[in-house]
Amino acid sequence: MLNKILEASRGWGRRNAEMAALPFLLLGVVAVLSIATEIVSEGNIHFLSVENFGAMAAQIPELGLLSLAMMVTMLTAGINLSIISSANLVGVGMAVTFVTFGPGAAAAGMTIPLIVVTIVGGLLFSVLLGWFNGLLIAKLKITPVLATLGTMILYEGLTLAITKGYVISGMPEEFLNIAAGSFFGIPYALILFVVVAIVIAYVLQRRPFGRQLYMLGSNQTATSFSAVNIDRVIIKTYMLSGLLVGFAAIIMLSRFSSANARQGTSLLLVTVLIAVLGGTDPDGGFGKVLGLVMALLIMQAITSGLNLLSISSFLTLGLWGALLIGVIAYRSYRAKNPGKRAKSLAA
Amino acid sequence: MINSSPTVQLRLQRLFGQNEMVLLLVLLGMVTAITIVSPRFLGPENLFSILLSASYTGIFAIGFLLVLVSGGLDVSFTAVATVAQYVMGTVLIANPDIPPAVAVLLPLVVGVALGSLNALLIHYLNAPPIIITIANLNIFFGLLQFITGGEWLNGFPEWFDHFPQTYVISFQNADGVSYGLSIIVVIWIAVAVVAGLLMHYFKAGRKLYAMGGNLEAARRAGIDILRYRIFAYGFLGFCAGLGGLVHTFITQTVVPNTLVGHEFDVVAAVVLGGASIFGGSGTVVGTVLGVTLLAVLGNALTIMKVPTYWHEVFVGGIVILSIAITTLSAIAARNREKKYHAQ
Repeated sequence: MLNKILEASRGWGRRNAEMAALPFLLLGVVAVLSIATEIVSEGNIHFLSVENFGAMAAQIPELGLLSLAMMVTMLTAGINLSIISSANLVGVGMAVTFVTFGPGAAAAGMTIPLIVVTIVGGLLFSVLLGWFNGLLIAKLKITPVLATLGTMILYEGLTLAITKGYVISGMPEEFLNIAAGSFFGIPYALILFVVVAIVIAYVLQRRPFGRQLYMLGSNQTATSFSAVNIDRVIIKTYMLSGLLVGFAAIIMLSRFSSANARQGTSLLLVTVLIAVLGGTDPDGGFGKVLGLVMALLIMQAITSGLNLLSISSFLTLGLWGALLIGVIAYRSYRAKNPGKRAKSLAA
Repeated sequence: MINSSPTVQLRLQRLFGQNEMVLLLVLLGMVTAITIVSPRFLGPENLFSILLSASYTGIFAIGFLLVLVSGGLDVSFTAVATVAQYVMGTVLIANPDIPPAVAVLLPLVVGVALGSLNALLIHYLNAPPIIITIANLNIFFGLLQFITGGEWLNGFPEWFDHFPQTYVISFQNADGVSYGLSIIVVIWIAVAVVAGLLMHYFKAGRKLYAMGGNLEAARRAGIDILRYRIFAYGFLGFCAGLGGLVHTFITQTVVPNTLVGHEFDVVAAVVLGGASIFGGSGTVVGTVLGVTLLAVLGNALTIMKVPTYWHEVFVGGIVILSIAITTLSAIAARNREKKYHAQ
């Protein structure tokens, strides 16, 4: 029995070489941080505690959704630098709707319908923002880096123009329940993230669109000769990225109960880091949702752990950058010097 | 009907289809329009002040152009500039008596070192430049904030305060305040001229264009890719250090987050100047025009009392529009050439 499990996990490790190390890395990170927090706080703060897991569970959904939004574009050898500014634009849009119509709807007892309409509107709006990215990339042939850089500035500018630099706050109580409420102790937001992640994994692995997306990332010319409408796949990918951003925007607005133009700008690096750490190839064609989720857990554990150790958030920023370069360096080393097992397999 | 041979026609197209001509016309049009709305705009005092305020963006932009032409990308240069500012500021405040030449050299050395580090990582890890430089942006900036604690630096020696008020051409306005072409602007022009000559008349510059056009072809033609990557990113590092120095000259203070976060103003100017993000094309003249155009636009929006939070919408819109036009005209040119060859 044990042998069978070992054999199965080895097989999984061989098939998923890019993320085989992640479970061990996660265990290692948790172990080191648990011991470190005990020592530094002299036993007063515990990493493995309900409070800490609660705090982590609150932050995982939005970061996870944003990372998924980054990952799907990276699978096509693209990138979406506009995710954070799109999320803020959508968040501000929804916040303005709530502030404008909220009191009237509350008086008429129509708060729930207003929330539903706003959420649907927010999701449609973020798909539209993603569609615009896709259009620039597919139809105008602008490289993804530049196109999304441009829309990043544009969307942030629009958000600033709407908010005039202020924070918009005052959301309906019922809306805040999305982030605050839970189902048998599991936050709604976390459930939403898990469901979305499973759906994305299914679409990527099992649906024609998902396979076309990977093909496009590996070899665009070959894909176009395989009777795949490349422009359509690109536009759909960026719309999907936009949709994921929309979900993240809802959770962010619900969690902070306010929206502004510059919320979470440092998350951009983190989403790239999570995707790459999870085995997504920035050159396209490779990467799985499962790897991303493991990388997400590792990152969140490190962030929470360093926070418990009261290490400066700026140092954490530097560490993230170093970690990203470290992961890329390791992958590049492995690509040049494949391990013994990989060599024997090849022979 | 103009009865001209295809070569003359092509030459005309090349001249007027050129991005620089279009930019110059747009710039002149804008200046005319703004002057009609607000006559004060065209005064030499305002024009000199626009050039001065655009100087460090202009210096960054020239470095960024070289990297872009070579087919690379670097968003970490603002962090490099800030690190360079802090190294110089800290040394200068601790030892006010060190020779000015040494103090001025420091940020340049720091810039070249950090820029070359980018090149080495991109080359040896074989990873997309955008990802490496996003990572380095955060490493440089995070560590800087951590070490300095975000402290502001000021109180530089006297010569440091006087230098930016050196005017190459000097005038006096009605109130007796002198103004003119600052030495800072001359530094920007000098960097532009050197880079322009380098890119057009020297082998190093031509090799950067070759790398950006087709990296594999350049490698097989025997170009030492690593060396010219270090050259391009190192030059951007040099420009980052110099831009940081100039920025400190103008503001007389070093603050951690005045430059970081404004990378895209520079990217916008360079792309507006016609450099292709695919690499292999772009000129120094275009870049200088792009920087000037955005500076004039910013000044005009301020004069016309457009709230600052709208500026970003304009910049974003213009960048997307100009990229779209550049890309579409490149595609059109390719099709034209194909048709011409088919005839």
